[in-house]
Amino acid sequence: MKIDESLPLEYSTEENRLKILGFWIFLGAEIALFSTLFTVYFTLQNGVGNGPSAEELFKITPVMIETVLLLTSSFTIGLGIHAMRLGMKKAMMTFFVITLALGLGFLGTEIYEFLEYIHEGATIQTSGFTSSLLTLLGTHGAHVTFGLFWGTAILIQVAKRGLTPETANKSFIFSLYWHFLDVVWIFIFSFVYLKGMM
Amino acid sequence: MESHEQQFLILNEPMILAAMISIVVGGLSLVIGVTYFKKWGYLWREWITTVDHKKIGVMYILVALVMLFRGGVDALLMRGQTAMPENGLLDAQHYNEIFTTHGVIMILFMAMPFIIGLMNVVTPLQIGARDVAFPRLNSVSFWLFAVGAGLFNISFIIGGSPDAGWSAYFPLASLEFSPTVGNNYYAISLQIAGLGTLATGINFLVTILKMRAPGMTLMKMPMFTWSILITNVIIVFAFPVLTVALALMTMDRQFGTKFFTMQDGGMDMLWANLFWVWGHPEVYIVILPAFGIYSEIISTFARKNLFGYKSMVVSMVAISLLSFLVWAHHFYTMGQGVMVNSFFSITTMLIAVPTGVKIFNWLLTLHKGKITFTTPMLYSLAFIPIFTIGGVTGVMLAMASADYQYHNTMFLVAHFHYVLIPGTVFAVIAGFHFWFPKVFGFRLNEKLGKLAFWFITISFNVAFFPLFILGLNGMTRRMYTYSESTGYGPLNMLSFLGAVGLGIGFIILVYNLYWSIRYSPRDETGDPWDARSLEWATHGPVPFYNFARIPKINELDAFWYAKRNNKSLYDDRPIEKIHMPNNSGMPFLMSGAFFGAGFCLVFSWWIPTIIFTILIFVFMALRSFEKDHGYYVSVEEIERIERELGGEK
Repeated sequence: MKIDESLPLEYSTEENRLKILGFWIFLGAEIALFSTLFTVYFTLQNGVGNGPSAEELFKITPVMIETVLLLTSSFTIGLGIHAMRLGMKKAMMTFFVITLALGLGFLGTEIYEFLEYIHEGATIQTSGFTSSLLTLLGTHGAHVTFGLFWGTAILIQVAKRGLTPETANKSFIFSLYWHFLDVVWIFIFSFVYLKGMM
Repeated sequence: MESHEQQFLILNEPMILAAMISIVVGGLSLVIGVTYFKKWGYLWREWITTVDHKKIGVMYILVALVMLFRGGVDALLMRGQTAMPENGLLDAQHYNEIFTTHGVIMILFMAMPFIIGLMNVVTPLQIGARDVAFPRLNSVSFWLFAVGAGLFNISFIIGGSPDAGWSAYFPLASLEFSPTVGNNYYAISLQIAGLGTLATGINFLVTILKMRAPGMTLMKMPMFTWSILITNVIIVFAFPVLTVALALMTMDRQFGTKFFTMQDGGMDMLWANLFWVWGHPEVYIVILPAFGIYSEIISTFARKNLFGYKSMVVSMVAISLLSFLVWAHHFYTMGQGVMVNSFFSITTMLIAVPTGVKIFNWLLTLHKGKITFTTPMLYSLAFIPIFTIGGVTGVMLAMASADYQYHNTMFLVAHFHYVLIPGTVFAVIAGFHFWFPKVFGFRLNEKLGKLAFWFITISFNVAFFPLFILGLNGMTRRMYTYSESTGYGPLNMLSFLGAVGLGIGFIILVYNLYWSIRYSPRDETGDPWDARSLEWATHGPVPFYNFARIPKINELDAFWYAKRNNKSLYDDRPIEKIHMPNNSGMPFLMSGAFFGAGFCLVFSWWIPTIIFTILIFVFMALRSFEKDHGYYVSVEEIERIERELGGEK
């Protein structure tokens, strides 16, 4: 394996560069996936049937908590990658742990929010609106959940093997994924929650 | 019809029972044969665990051929049932199941994998690469596709086939109107195979964008590689829509959600829209590579440069963009209003422009060429006029107001068979004959090849041209029988005879495979057709590392000009050791877990589904922690292999 010293560790081998491009293309596919889910939601958002509407359902507090937690986690993972580029393994790991903890907080809040919805009679089976809402939020939440496991696996590898071209590459790609989830959340926050509460 | 419900093994249908027995007998004899000849180890080491793009391609094509026969038998049964008025070969339910599985299998488990197979074999060679960007992922793609195909095919003996058409429109496909597990199979098996296809899309995009031989700029790529590049862009953006649509279908049917329902705020037309937002680009996923194959073959056997290279590329890009803007033409009659229909009418007709450009480019490539009539060339030549009939009838269908007359008639059925068969099927058969010697080191017999060609081409027209007339006379598609007074009988009988002829043509094709394996003379040159692009610059059969030294090129068709000018694409660099990926059994095992999860999900067996799903994640975690850096092939080893293959290239 040829290592190009002039590039950052995560870009330093041919294989690493291929993987990063491949992941960007994967994110392109993910954009298509979430766009479809948003379209489904926009199509069905007024199909409330006998269930509650968006105005009746949405509460600002848990949504704000989720937003702050996830946006902060996007910032901390950025710091983590910055630390990685400076070769500071310990700082990088700390930032990653903070990121995952914030992600866990987000997920906990979202689960609480879902339980509230069910409590108010808005299950995934209630109406076209709740089906599409909970599927959109659920898909995002499932991505965050997967990210928590994935991030943990990468952290273990960094702890065991140090910052190698391979682990740096994985960490960098994971950070792309995490930022992407943040972007999706911004759209959910603006076009689902804020629009629904207006 | 009632007897199909709530039944695990379908035992009361004599035909299905016979098929089941033949599958069991065939499967057992295969197992016994492999055991007797002690080939399990060979199968595991050389095929099941392989990450070699050529072998993966061969496996794709093998499965596609098997599926061609499964789908072909469906077709024969359908044409047999409708050959005579009030025929009793199949009942209505059985007929519904068969036209559904015929459509799904031919598009998703025959056309797509055949194309993906050819693209696996050819693309890395054409760009002078040693493998695809992610060889392990490639293996995952294949096995996900294979288990998806397997899951779909077992439906007709375990639980019952889907029966709501290949487009599975709601509300017909909902639990209320399709209560058997058939449509669960549809949603879940396509979901699994679709994941594999998406991974293929990403893999080949990276491969083509990043791994081309030095000197090969984008505009110096062979046309087939261009078509694959664009196809994979479409795959990456279209398949996520299918993923979502199928997931919502599964949820509506098995979790009681209200996406496509007619009450509680659901919307049944949402399915039709989602399905065709994927479905129409899907049509171009199977046709653009076909255009690429024809471009290669026509230019090779006309002994001329491809006419209008740039306009070919531009028109493919235009087609790929337009392909996302035409989906509503599949349901003009479902009440979306004049403005929407007009918009989709215009975008649909626009597609004829770039396609027409391509047709003229092929014609001008042939103009004043020194044409040799080989089997692949015959298919390519037959393609041009027959496909044009399909295209022209497509423009007729594109006119929204006129479509009220044609919609859901046999005219439509004739139209899409006139584009898909000469377009995709002829192309993959032509490509199969063309690249066969590259993979196996000998050509298929030309005499038998041409015999099959004439059978297939003539029978195709006999089978499908009558359907245009039947459609205009008012015969609708998907009706399992009709009364004698309609007068549809004679033309349907003619169509049935054509279908039988097509069947014979395909049997000759397979016999040719058998004959050629036994008797065909071996090719020593690696370039039996005197062809143009880089895949012919290495040995045939291709060594596992593809090229001992990576060729350097400076123009389109560099290999052709190197041959003409007695130059070499390989300068005097010494051979260097080659880095290759290790084989792995993990993709196969993980796909097995996918199969288990999918099968249990079909029957809503939640606990085993969860266990298999956890197993999938365990495999992913194992992969994450695995340390696998591949291995090196030594210079001595490469030199030895090159000598055995008849000297360095």
